[in-house]
Amino acid sequence: MSEKKKYFVPEPVKVNIKSADEIKDDKDGRSSIFLTVLLIIGCVTILFPLYMTIVIAFKSPSEMTNDISGALALPKSFGFGNFAEAMRVTDFWHSLGNSVVITGATIILSLVIHSMTGYAIGRNMNRKKGFKLIYFYIVSGMFVPFAILMMPLVKQTANLGIDNMLGVVILYTVFYMPMNVMLYSGYMKNVPFAMEEAADMDGASAWRTYWTIIFPMMKPMHATVAVLTALGTWNDVMTPLVIMSGTDNTTLPLAQLNFQTQFGTNYNLAFASYLLALLPIVIFYIVCQKQIIGGVANGAVKG
Amino acid sequence: MNKKKMSDRQKTYIVMVIPALILFVMFNTIPLITGAAYSFTNYRGYGSYDFVGLRNYIDLFTDARVGNSYLFTFKYAIAGTILVNLLSLILALGLNSKIKCKSLLRGVYFLPNILGGLIIGYIFSFIFTYIVPAAGEALNIGFLKNSILASEKYAWIGVLIVGVWQAVAMNTIIYISGLQTIPAEIHEAGMIDGATRWQEFKNLTLPMLMPFVSTNLVLSTKNMLMVFDQIMALTKGGPAQSTESISYLIYRNGMDGGQFGFQSANAVVFFVVIVTISIIQMVITNKKEEQL
Repeated sequence: MSEKKKYFVPEPVKVNIKSADEIKDDKDGRSSIFLTVLLIIGCVTILFPLYMTIVIAFKSPSEMTNDISGALALPKSFGFGNFAEAMRVTDFWHSLGNSVVITGATIILSLVIHSMTGYAIGRNMNRKKGFKLIYFYIVSGMFVPFAILMMPLVKQTANLGIDNMLGVVILYTVFYMPMNVMLYSGYMKNVPFAMEEAADMDGASAWRTYWTIIFPMMKPMHATVAVLTALGTWNDVMTPLVIMSGTDNTTLPLAQLNFQTQFGTNYNLAFASYLLALLPIVIFYIVCQKQIIGGVANGAVKG
Repeated sequence: MNKKKMSDRQKTYIVMVIPALILFVMFNTIPLITGAAYSFTNYRGYGSYDFVGLRNYIDLFTDARVGNSYLFTFKYAIAGTILVNLLSLILALGLNSKIKCKSLLRGVYFLPNILGGLIIGYIFSFIFTYIVPAAGEALNIGFLKNSILASEKYAWIGVLIVGVWQAVAMNTIIYISGLQTIPAEIHEAGMIDGATRWQEFKNLTLPMLMPFVSTNLVLSTKNMLMVFDQIMALTKGGPAQSTESISYLIYRNGMDGGQFGFQSANAVVFFVVIVTISIIQMVITNKKEEQL
């Protein structure tokens, strides 16, 4: 037991939701009321568009008069008719399913492929020139804008027969590789090599040691990588737009683009659809707020 | 025995890197090279094509539409980067000071970062086309009466507002985590020396925040230069191509406009521009950090 404690397992940078000084502030009550009020007023800029989305989504078209109250007043009744219609028009469950599959598959592939690559590079880049070269080769991909890859990738995925969801998942795995490999290999600097040596003594292979000991130890970095990859892939429009254009499949954001013409001037239907499309990620955010903010901050600071 | 173990370990390391390397070569390096190769052709995206040498690159510099897209993108990225960093720094200072409901407020201000750019664009499009003109009508304010997105001169500001609205969230969080690395003693020392709030910020806080400023500058410039979703949702490049970003132009004309070769050249130049700007920014901010 005491043997194990010796190893220092690094924690990623954390943005504390409830910071120590906040708890102190609450206690001695010296917090600035003026600043608090000012910041609450500022929230209007964030919450107004969302409030508007919600009220319009619940209204019937006849309630939408041309003056400002027509759009912003509360609806006469809260019915779910618009949502049912929006789900039917945009084939909501299908596109939601596609988005979940694409994001989920990308996260799994990223955790597996990027973590072992980051591990191998992190363990060798200071001793072996080859690994250092591979590191810079992959990380330099961060500067390559999608615009330059877009047109060749459309041809290439079509030729390989992966101009579909599988192709999009593979492309995401490549697009997030530079950032994720950098995060993982940076994390390995803080994990002592003694971890593997101890396992070597027990006769475990390097491959086994990685999956049974090192991979579980990288848990804090897995969380960061999963959050960053999930946010990026879930909201992305451009990649599925150009790669999957030939198929009947859409993702949740892409469906909004594709059905824009069908919404016409029925804004209530359109906003019901927007709200449905925003809902999954907002729920995810409310549940995992701490991990998401922490993950984003950690990724950006380390990157 | 031990030696064998070591070489086994090395073999495993190599095996671990191979899948990533294969994927990266196939879907990053090869398309990058093919894109660069197409930029020397008059390929339309279909049919036959010829090599035209540097013709596309020469044409790029005389093409008014390309020039316009660079002008718009840079105007947007410069104004956006400045605004985003100013706003997020102020917001971070506020959210990091002694306030009530700190966690809730931080949660709300971070919200725009998790929402998709396209849908946010559609929501703001409604605000610009209906809500703002209706408010202008009600309050009788002349310049609000028409949609900003319909104005050739000011549509870019509409796109900018949406871009900034979303980007501030991310930079605020980075500045907050930066502010949390500054030890409280620094502020106490400043207070003992009788520094004013502004002096304390300028001479103590800001220098210590410099690494985070450089992270944020590089990050927001890069993101702003690649603006796409907001344009797709708000203006589709209009009116009169006044809000056509480089990414949007490459997508529009390269994919459907029969300019595969020409827009490939545009993309190559765009790539070089992004790399150059990122390097310059990093060199300058690194120097600043050393001086301080």
